[in-house]
Amino acid sequence: MSELYWFPEATDWRGRLRALAETTTGAWDQAVALANTRLDFVKTNALDSTIGKLFGGAPPKDLATKPIRLALLGSSTMGHLHAAIRVAGLRRGLWIDIYENDYGQYLQELSDPSSALHAFEPTTVLLALDAYHLAAGIGAHVSAAEADRLFAEITDRIRECWRLTRQNLHSPVIHQAALPLHPELLGNNEHRLPGSRQAFVARVNQELRAMADAEGVDLLSLDARVAADGLRVWHDPVLWHNGKQEISPLAAPLYGDLVGRVLAGKQGKSYKCLVLDLDNTLWGGIVGDDGLAGLVLGQGSATGEAFVAFQQYARELSRRGVILAVCSKNDEANAIEPFDEHPEMVLRRGDIASFVANWNHKPANLRAIADELNIGLDSLVFVDDNPFERNLVRETLPVVAVPEISDDPATYARTIADAGYFEAVSITDEDRDRSRQYQSNREREALKASTTDLGSYLRGLEMQLIWKRFDQVGLQRTVQLINKTNQFNLTTRRYSEEDIIALIQDKRAFGLQLRLIDRFGDNGIIGIVIGRMSGDDELLIDTWLMSCRVLGRQVEPTTLSLVAEAARRLGARRLIGDYLPTKKNRMVRDHYERLGFSVVETRADGGSRNILDLPAFEPASTFIEVREG
Amino acid sequence: MPEADIYATLGEIFRDVFLRDDIAVTPELTAKDVADWDSFKQIEIILAVESQYRIKFSTRELDSLQSVGDLARIIAGKV
Repeated sequence: MSELYWFPEATDWRGRLRALAETTTGAWDQAVALANTRLDFVKTNALDSTIGKLFGGAPPKDLATKPIRLALLGSSTMGHLHAAIRVAGLRRGLWIDIYENDYGQYLQELSDPSSALHAFEPTTVLLALDAYHLAAGIGAHVSAAEADRLFAEITDRIRECWRLTRQNLHSPVIHQAALPLHPELLGNNEHRLPGSRQAFVARVNQELRAMADAEGVDLLSLDARVAADGLRVWHDPVLWHNGKQEISPLAAPLYGDLVGRVLAGKQGKSYKCLVLDLDNTLWGGIVGDDGLAGLVLGQGSATGEAFVAFQQYARELSRRGVILAVCSKNDEANAIEPFDEHPEMVLRRGDIASFVANWNHKPANLRAIADELNIGLDSLVFVDDNPFERNLVRETLPVVAVPEISDDPATYARTIADAGYFEAVSITDEDRDRSRQYQSNREREALKASTTDLGSYLRGLEMQLIWKRFDQVGLQRTVQLINKTNQFNLTTRRYSEEDIIALIQDKRAFGLQLRLIDRFGDNGIIGIVIGRMSGDDELLIDTWLMSCRVLGRQVEPTTLSLVAEAARRLGARRLIGDYLPTKKNRMVRDHYERLGFSVVETRADGGSRNILDLPAFEPASTFIEVREG
Repeated sequence: MPEADIYATLGEIFRDVFLRDDIAVTPELTAKDVADWDSFKQIEIILAVESQYRIKFSTRELDSLQSVGDLARIIAGKV
C-alpha cells in the first residue's frame, strides 16, 4: 500500500490549502497540520509548492530545529521526490533544502571540489544508486568469477562514495538499498545463476548491511519496504521507460516519509511513548461492564489472539526503548485488575510507566502522562479504537500523533509499524534500560513521599555523578540529546556527529557527558555541557542541557563545579553563560542567576548573558559524589 | 461517458496540479501553453487521471500524447 493510511483524510483540503496560501501569521503551524493528513502525490506537490511560495525558500526564523541541507546523489531521476521529502520534513518540524546531482554525475561531483554539490554544503547526503545502475555489466552470460569481480567493483565504488562524502563534504551518509526490479531468470532458486541481475542486486543489498555498520552509514531500506508493500507499489516499468523514474511518483509520499523518518531519527526526534487505551484496544470488551471473565483476550477466539499479538508488539517496543503508558476512561481499580489478574495478559503493571485511568477528558490525561514522564506532548503516540477520542485529541493536542486504526485488532501492530513513529537509527544502552529507568523513577517518588525533608531524601538517594569527556562510544547518545532536548537547554544549539568529532579534537574546548547513578539504578547520560575558550581568559558555555528527569536533585550546582574545573585547566578566569530563549526553554531562564552568576546583559527577547568570576568561585556542597568514569 | 464530463474532471485535475483556476482545458491545450507544464507535471497529470478513473495508460499511449484532446480520447476509450 503506497498510501499514508495511518493519517486521517484532510477535511476541506482545497479550502485549507487556499487559506494557507493567503495566510500571514502562523503559516508554519498550519502547514504542519496539513502535512499530517493523508496526502497523495498531487496533494503533496500542491502543499510543497504553496510552502515554497510562502517562505520564499528560507526557513521560518523561529524554527526550533536546525535546517537540513540534503544532497540526493543518484543514478536515476529523483526530481519528482523532492516535494515529498520536504513535506515529510515539515511533518516533523524540519526544514529541508534539497540538491540533486546532474543526471548520472554523482561520482564526478563527489570528486570535484569545485562542483555545485560542494558549493551546496550538504549536512546529509542520500546516496541512491538504482538497480539498473548497480547491475550494469552483469548478465546471464557472465561466469561466477566475473560476477565476483563485478561485485567487488561495485561495493568498492559504494565505499569510495562514502569516503569521498566524509572527506570532502564532512557529511553523514544515508545509503538507499536498491529496489529488486529485475525479472528473474531461473525463478525460486535465482541465487544459483551467478550472472542473474536480480540475484546480483539482492547480493549487493545484503552486503550493504555489514558495510554500513562497519562505516557508520545509515540505510534507507527500500528493499524491506518492497517486501512489505510489493514491487508494483514502488516501481512502474512504464514510468521507468518514460522518464527514468526508478521510484513511482505514486510511492513518493511514502518514500519522502521514509527519508523524513531517518533524518528525524538521526536527530533523536522520533516519538518516545506509546499511550494505549484499554477497552477494545488492548483487549476485547469493556472491563467495567463485562468483568474480568468477560474480556475477549487470548486463546479461544481469533479476536482474542489478535489482542494478545498487539500486546506482544507493544511489549517488544518497550523492550527496545519505547515507553508505554495507559490512558483509559475507567475506574482505576477496574482498569488495573486485568494487568494483575488476567492470565492471558502479556503486558503487566510493571510494563506501564504511566497509568492513568479516570473519567477526565483524554487530552487532560495525556498532558498528565507527559508531565509525569517528563517528556513533551510531541513525544506521544496515542492509540485508541474510539474515533471520537481520536478526533478530540487531534483537535485539542495537534502535536500528539494519533494513528487512524481500523476496528480490527489484527491490524494495529502493522499500522503503528508502517507509520514509523519510533524510527531509530541505532539502539543505545539507555534505550534498552529505559523501561527499568521509569520503574525506578516510581520507586524514587515513593521514597520522596515517605521522607519529609528534602535533605534526607537526597542523602538517601546515594547519588553519584560520573563525568567523561565526549568520546566515540558515547557519540550517538550525545548527538541524540543535543538535537532533541528542548526544555532544559540554555542555548538549543543543534550539532551533528561531525560537529562533535571536530569538538573532541579542539584543544581550546571541552565537552562533558554526565551520568547519574543512584540506589534505584542508572539514569544514563542526563547532562551535556560544551565549553569553548573565547579570548585568553574567558570560557563560553556554548551548550548546557539536562534531562528533566533529574531536576531538583542538585545536579546543576554539581555540574557547575565540574565546568569550573575544566575551564580553569584551559586557563579561564571567567565563565560566560548565555540564555537564548525559545518557545520551550523558559524553565531555565534564571538558571545562571540561581547558580551565582551575575547578569551582565538582558536582551529584548528575554535572553541574557551571565558571568561568573572563577578565582572567587566556591563549589557548592551537595549530596552527590562525583567521579570520572 | 459524455465528453463534457471528462473535460470537467480534467479541469479539476489541472486545478489541483497547477494550483490555478484560469487554465481553459480544451482539446487543443498542450504543454507549451502552460508555464509550469514540464515532464514531472505531465506524469503527475497522467497518474492523477489514472487514479481518478482507475485506468492505466500503456507505454504506447504515453508516447502518443500530444494534447489534452489525445488524453480525453484515451480516457473515453477506457471507461
